[in-house]
Amino acid sequence: MREIKINQIKNEIKRLFLQANYHINQDLMKLLQQAQRKETSPIGKYVLNMIIENNKIASREEVPICQDTGLAVVFVDVGQEVHLVDGDFTEAINQGAKEAYQEGYLRKSVVDDPAFERKNTKTNTPAIIYTDIIPGDKIKFLVMPKGFGSENMSAIAMLKPADGSEGIVNFVVETVKKAGPNPCPPTVIGVGVGGTADKAMVIAKKAIVRKINQPNKNPKFAALENEILTKINNLGIGPAGLGGNITSLAVHIDYLPTHISGLPVAVNVCCHAARHAEGVL
Amino acid sequence: MKEAIKITTPLDERKVIQLKAGDLVKITGHIYATRDAAHRRIFELIKKDQKLPIDLEGQIIFYAGPTPVKPGYSCGSVGPTTSYRMDPYTPSLLEKGLKGMIGKGLRSQEVIKSIKKNKAIYFAAVGGTAALIARSVKRSEVIAYKDLGAEAIYKFYVEDFPAIVCIDAKGKNLYETEPPKYMK
Repeated sequence: MREIKINQIKNEIKRLFLQANYHINQDLMKLLQQAQRKETSPIGKYVLNMIIENNKIASREEVPICQDTGLAVVFVDVGQEVHLVDGDFTEAINQGAKEAYQEGYLRKSVVDDPAFERKNTKTNTPAIIYTDIIPGDKIKFLVMPKGFGSENMSAIAMLKPADGSEGIVNFVVETVKKAGPNPCPPTVIGVGVGGTADKAMVIAKKAIVRKINQPNKNPKFAALENEILTKINNLGIGPAGLGGNITSLAVHIDYLPTHISGLPVAVNVCCHAARHAEGVL
Repeated sequence: MKEAIKITTPLDERKVIQLKAGDLVKITGHIYATRDAAHRRIFELIKKDQKLPIDLEGQIIFYAGPTPVKPGYSCGSVGPTTSYRMDPYTPSLLEKGLKGMIGKGLRSQEVIKSIKKNKAIYFAAVGGTAALIARSVKRSEVIAYKDLGAEAIYKFYVEDFPAIVCIDAKGKNLYETEPPKYMK
């Protein structure tokens, strides 16, 4: 049994949201620089240059990479030997997010009552929280400030088993094609296959922030990732959708067992920033 | 790519028709940042023929909602938001004299028709380059709808704000002309 004070969670969440909003992942940065060299479209190269320069400025000066500092998405894996003391777990996460968005000069983009009043909550909370219990005595955090330019382009299809892997490929490519310039290409595409409708989308979102271009361990799914990435880049949408051969930087698929009658396929689209930060207590 | 063309606000028809889709520009002068909620309010005022919080004649609107201002800076990070959400309101604003829009993403056929009819222009700023774009914003103030927070109307004074002519007054649209060149 290991005691962890709630305040530690609050502080870690705060630190991670600041980190994610200012500092781009270094592997992704290298990929962007590679893309800038490989892209043949002059406008595409210009766009990638701007993105690279922007990310350097944001990191150096600790200002937000993008004005859409996103919804505060948090994945927490709590070790089952952990005993949380001195406060409320959910409240701590929301408080950590609130403090990050307040003190970090991040934008407050959350409205309550989405269908009618849409009044800004002024705190960028409530956070979107996913919690899992895992073996051990640590708490692992993954935060993703998720902007909605990309989120709005996400989609889910409840395919028939007969649609098969071809159906998966077609749906993902079609989703990216429909999105065009809107999600700020070059995008990182998370795909969730299997589970239920909701679970597919959750694993799709988590898949976005896997180590960039690390293929799925299953070679058949890895081949699918490659096939989808090639077909997406053959669309010619390009950086900022202004034409080019790099429309997506990576496609990450994650999969789960599913029902005998189903083939849920969820596509969670992410922009070229793919903001995230991880920590452990 | 060709050297960026320097343009100043306000715009007029003469300036607009010289710009072609694909031109890089650097904009200097005042521009107004507004997005969904403020557009809705302006649209309703136009419908009721009431006075608007800004005179749209010759102006450029930047679809954006900045982050709060960090001490020592003139503006928060501010990149373009996706333009299509403003499409339902845009023809009305163009009829009222709005000349330029900076955003990102596709526009509807109605908006493109209205751009051609009103000799207006749509610039694309690169999405996600909010820290870089913020450097070109030398002064920033909220001039209307403060209650909307990040969605208020901001008046920015910009110098060399980088953008690309995306849909010109003739209706030539980069989102239509460029991707087919790279399709395989």
